[in-house]
Amino acid sequence: MPTALYRLFLLLTLLLPLTGHAGDASDFVAASPSKQAKLLESWSAAPDAARLPLLEALQQGRLAADSGKNPFIEVNGLYQSAEGEFAPAEAPRKLRLNNRLRGLIGTAMASHQLLAEEPALRLAAARELQKRAKPAQLGLLDARVASETDAQVRTALTLALANLQLVDRDPAIRLAAVRLLGETGDPLARTRLETLLDPAVEDDAGVRTAAQTGLAQVKRKLLIGELLGQAFSGLSLGSILLLAALGLAITFGLLGVINMAHGEMLMLGAYATYMVQLLFQRFAPEAIALYPLVALPVAFFVTAAIGMALERTVIRHLYGRPLETLLATWGISLILIQLVRLLFGAQNVEVANPYWLSGGVQVLPNLVLPYNRIVIIGFALCVVVLTWLLLNKTRLGLNVRAVTQNRAMAACCGVPTGRVDMLAFGLGSGIAGLGGVALSQIGNVGPDLGQSYIIDSFLVVVLGGVGQLAGSVMAAFGLGIANKILEPQIGAVLGKILILGLIILFIQKRPQGLFALKGRVID
Amino acid sequence: MNQPLAITVAQKAGPKVTLGVGALVLAVLIALPLLHLLPADNVLHVSAYTLTLVGKILCYCIVALALDLVWGYAGLLSLGHGLFFALGGYAMGMYLSREAAGDGLPAFMSFLAWTELPWYWYGTSNFLWALCLVVLAPGLLALVFGFFAFRSRIKGVYFSIMTQALTFAGMLLFFRNETGFGGNNGFTGFTRILGFDITAQGTRAALFIATLALLVGSLYLGFKLARSKFGRVLTAVRDAENRLMFCGYDPRGYKLFIWVLSAVLCGLAGALYVPQVGIINPSEMSPTNSIEAAVWVALGGRGTLIGPLLGAGLVNGMKSWFTVAFPEYWLFALGALFIGVTLYLPKGVIGLLRKRGEQ
Repeated sequence: MPTALYRLFLLLTLLLPLTGHAGDASDFVAASPSKQAKLLESWSAAPDAARLPLLEALQQGRLAADSGKNPFIEVNGLYQSAEGEFAPAEAPRKLRLNNRLRGLIGTAMASHQLLAEEPALRLAAARELQKRAKPAQLGLLDARVASETDAQVRTALTLALANLQLVDRDPAIRLAAVRLLGETGDPLARTRLETLLDPAVEDDAGVRTAAQTGLAQVKRKLLIGELLGQAFSGLSLGSILLLAALGLAITFGLLGVINMAHGEMLMLGAYATYMVQLLFQRFAPEAIALYPLVALPVAFFVTAAIGMALERTVIRHLYGRPLETLLATWGISLILIQLVRLLFGAQNVEVANPYWLSGGVQVLPNLVLPYNRIVIIGFALCVVVLTWLLLNKTRLGLNVRAVTQNRAMAACCGVPTGRVDMLAFGLGSGIAGLGGVALSQIGNVGPDLGQSYIIDSFLVVVLGGVGQLAGSVMAAFGLGIANKILEPQIGAVLGKILILGLIILFIQKRPQGLFALKGRVID
Repeated sequence: MNQPLAITVAQKAGPKVTLGVGALVLAVLIALPLLHLLPADNVLHVSAYTLTLVGKILCYCIVALALDLVWGYAGLLSLGHGLFFALGGYAMGMYLSREAAGDGLPAFMSFLAWTELPWYWYGTSNFLWALCLVVLAPGLLALVFGFFAFRSRIKGVYFSIMTQALTFAGMLLFFRNETGFGGNNGFTGFTRILGFDITAQGTRAALFIATLALLVGSLYLGFKLARSKFGRVLTAVRDAENRLMFCGYDPRGYKLFIWVLSAVLCGLAGALYVPQVGIINPSEMSPTNSIEAAVWVALGGRGTLIGPLLGAGLVNGMKSWFTVAFPEYWLFALGALFIGVTLYLPKGVIGLLRKRGEQ
């Protein structure tokens, strides 16, 4: 007997690491499906970072077991023991999971990821839990809401918690959950609250009234977010229009001609950015984040040089014939588009945002302000200020203004009008080049880039009048915001048409635009 | 430039030569559809492709003539004549779609799962009402736009840009499926016109003759207008509008009349273009098309009546040849044409011929 007892003891100690201390993987492999579900639920309620690899393997269907119920994880076709150092006795067979278990694995995975370092992972996990949290996780969620530092993740967690509490038997807890939802201002909270208004879903009248007030609260917050969003995209569109139209307004004011190739200057600026990016990728990949800053002067000088060359060779010979200039510059634009198409291909080229221009800042649950658009608004304002300084505080600016107001008189006073024309044309084209750099950061860069902005920038010039920067600024932002406010109401196309109609009516009142230079000149 | 250039040319070259060349061209154009009626194995048979191509170019000639009336005579460069052309085309396309669909709805409406026709389609199965629409749609639009534009004395570059924005807006509008004109596919798949098979030789020939008749008619009208006092006032509007006003004239009425007339001519040209080409879609309204029409006029010589026809024929002939031979270089050629004509040929080909005549 003692021998038998001894043997039994020995056997038990041998088995000890497998059963008593057996790890989660072994437990899971050995358990029946209903037991497995219970295990997963308990893991969800008490997450442990060490369990992550197991859950990942489960989620990807890589957990396997041999006939001795030893767990293995398949890695690249090889089976590695999940716990201890067993070599598989024979080829292990992968565990088969039913749909209910798969759902539970997702839940468990999400609650484990709540412990992750990166806020993005935690946010994704919280969003997942909004959909499939289990009542057992109430305590965990409560604790996480209290300790979460990231505001966005906390809102998501609050929602998940509220979702759980909404199905609680106790009306008081449901009431608290409804109040919580009301404070979040999240679009998801609105749909959740809307279902609660139905007496068939919610039998407690108090909770229903709370849902009503909560819904009003959420709707108000959402409305604020929407309005701010529209105002922001209007400002963003306005700043782009401003960059596109500023140069046009200067040359139109000075020479009285509309440069139809102005849109192509935008396009060339964007392609210059693309070239700079390529050079950085080739020769200085470590400093690639700085390429937009280098692209700015490059684009400015390239487009300014092309603009001055055009002025010298074509436009100069057409002074006094504005309509012919219109046609000639259209010809130039056709040639430039086709040239770019032959050199770079008809497809769009890829211009990537550097890290400091990608992503955005989340201001409200339904309002994200992308960094690139914020930077472009600031950039457009900088360009306006610089242009203003150039036109008002330098000799060149003085000459430009003199020629704009009265060409003949300026020439009499010794202003070299030819040179001023050339430099001003270069300046206008260069500003368009800067606009091209900005455009390359928010949209597609292709040969037709300029065509899509040219008509809008003409309208800015027509509306703003010439000779005054303020007119262009007001007109650009006005058009941008009007466009974005009308867009959700009546659609983008009808909005555009309505704005065109309004501009035609506006010109009835003020034929020279918003800000016209005073003068008594008549032909 | 106290009088229209065509008259000067006719005087210099001698009326006999000009008339002779004109009569020859006209005779060839009349012969084309008749030769098309010959059996296919005949040596003199003109293929349907050639006939359609020439018919298309004749439609463009009418557009060029219409544009020349406002640009060459009244000094208003319109970059939106494609809109009027397309509106006329769409009005005719509505009739043709109804004809093709029989009693049912046009095919594109069935795709959109519409069950009844929008109100503006009312009566379009009637050819006469469709013809009225061909005149009314571009005419009324031009009337309203022109009234406001001329009232506030928009001219020069401003006017060009507003017209360009107008055609651009029209294009965007017609691209929408909800507008009820077939979205970006437009209308196509026409089968019959007035009960005749639209692809039959006889129908093609008749459409060609109709186009030619319209062209000759508008040319005659143009000559009459240009020689009249009305034409002189228009030229004065172009050259010195303010002085004209000081003389006691009100230029608004003159400008509005010629502007609406030009739009209606364009609409008629579009209406003849659609059954010959067999398709109309919103890209006809794209600003590119309208501005191309301006180079036809500029190349031929604006302020003359024959010049634009010459220009439209030359540019479109070149285009047909280039897009087959060197498709990638057509835009270069067109761009160079824009620059070259404005820099070196301010009076167009007609101006060149006139110089030769003087030497």
